[in-house]
Amino acid sequence: MKIVVLVKQVPDTWGERSLDSATGILDRTSGDNVIDEISERSLEVALRVKDDSEAEVVVLTMGPASAVEALRHCLAMGADSALHVLDDALVGADVTWTSAVLAKAIAQSGFDIVIGGNESTDGRGGVIPAMIAEHLAVPSLTSLSTVKIMADAVSGSRETDYGSLNVNASLPAVISITEQSPEARFPSFKGLMKAKKKPLTVLSLANLEMDPLTSFEISGKSTITAVTRRPARTAGTKIIDDGNAGVQLAEFLVAGRLV
Amino acid sequence: MSNTLTLIEVSPAGAIRPSAKMLLAAAARIGNPIAVLALTPGDHGDIVSQLGALGAHHVFLAEFPQADSLLTIPAVDALAAALAHFDSTGAILVTNSVEGRETAGRLAVRIGSGLVLDAIDITVVNESVVAHTSVFGGAFAVESSIQGGPTIVALRQGSIEGEAPAHAAEVKTVSVTSSEIRAAAITSQTDAPTNSSRPDLRSATTVVSGGRGLGSKADFELVEKLADALGAAVGASRAAVDAGYVPHSLQVGQTGTIVTPQLYVALGISGAIQHLAGMQTAKVIVAINKDADAPIFDIADFGIVGDLFAVVPQAIEAIKKLKN
Repeated sequence: MKIVVLVKQVPDTWGERSLDSATGILDRTSGDNVIDEISERSLEVALRVKDDSEAEVVVLTMGPASAVEALRHCLAMGADSALHVLDDALVGADVTWTSAVLAKAIAQSGFDIVIGGNESTDGRGGVIPAMIAEHLAVPSLTSLSTVKIMADAVSGSRETDYGSLNVNASLPAVISITEQSPEARFPSFKGLMKAKKKPLTVLSLANLEMDPLTSFEISGKSTITAVTRRPARTAGTKIIDDGNAGVQLAEFLVAGRLV
Repeated sequence: MSNTLTLIEVSPAGAIRPSAKMLLAAAARIGNPIAVLALTPGDHGDIVSQLGALGAHHVFLAEFPQADSLLTIPAVDALAAALAHFDSTGAILVTNSVEGRETAGRLAVRIGSGLVLDAIDITVVNESVVAHTSVFGGAFAVESSIQGGPTIVALRQGSIEGEAPAHAAEVKTVSVTSSEIRAAAITSQTDAPTNSSRPDLRSATTVVSGGRGLGSKADFELVEKLADALGAAVGASRAAVDAGYVPHSLQVGQTGTIVTPQLYVALGISGAIQHLAGMQTAKVIVAINKDADAPIFDIADFGIVGDLFAVVPQAIEAIKKLKN
């Protein structure tokens, strides 16, 4: 079985995150960039299949040169090989471009199942796996809290806004998992050493036979017209409970017409 | 006036989901509102008159034999069929739910259209439609102008208030042949039990959330008691969800629900940056925590350093007295 895992490098949610005020594009220089936690969990799902059966695990990312760090981390965790789509024409790519490029790279590489996170912590769009599935004309099973991957099928429990669904499909298919799925393993020292010898391929749009001028034509589109940074919140009143804080809270709420 | 399609989600029992009201209200601002549904053939009860009451001018019922047993694809096919049926569609509005987003994503690829996700408002400026989004937990406000068409916009639940004027909706029922694309099968579907006495987290005007500081699932009841005294929805930090106090559906934060209530009360929540990303746009923030250095106090309008189990019961009693 060949498993492709979608990986994204994102600004660390523990640090400062910023948008370029002129373009609205993510500012990747304002804080640390790390592999998204949900990408690590996606890889964990794949590695558990590999632990129990014959499977080849390929990690795939699209991103700037620094994203190679995220791929190296995945190779150290146990992925077999890595693909890095890197092209200056993709700076600021939206979900339309990103899904088209990733789908092309997946089709070129070949796959039985594609595993991604339900949403990244930066964009939070949560649509890339479904869009890739449509490009590849295969079923999409997204937001799975539990997943069972078999030789020729996948099933799981899908968490929606209203409840849950049990779903299944035969392979090939695209799935996305939620943070309810198991925590990722840490790379071992042996894994780190082995990772250096594993194949890591850089792909340009030309390698994917895509032309930025014609590959991303769409009829209706949105253009960012304004980006405003909201003023930061400041601390208000802080009291230490002297036995009467509950009453003071009630008075604060009543004075502010909040009850 | 251009047409605006809205994707109406229905429950396993066939009832329209509450987000229909918001979608049709938003659609009425920018065009002729059309409700689109993927349903199994048969009697659909009073769905059409309900949608008319919420402002739909037309109801497009796309009937598929497998509408309730196949995942996502019937909804994508229904919207594609509605696009073919109605001329000059400017925008397609969906709920920014798991199902709505996925339908939007697949449809955008299929018809080659643009996509704006998690919009919190939609306005018309100089005759062009503008989608408003909120990025990094409200740290940035972004406006995107929508050109050409059709363009798909996924609206955050609870973000748009008001409703469209009622209308006597015209119905168009069509049998749709499913596209050839393979879909996942739904083997069973259950709605989570909802506590009808409390408002929905996503649209509540007051939210009371609890964190690790509650200490146990049994003691989390304190959060519910204060919520009920305030007529509020219950939320939780990721730490409380991971500890098993409450289900994931109540998680507020970076990887949970983002809320913008009038009042947000954080009980025993330290205020990790990932939690703040889900609630810092609340109008008024109240925090109670025993750790005086907890970061939640940096953004709280009213902070109390103290023991939850002493302060909260006293506050509940005082609120009851002051309300009377």
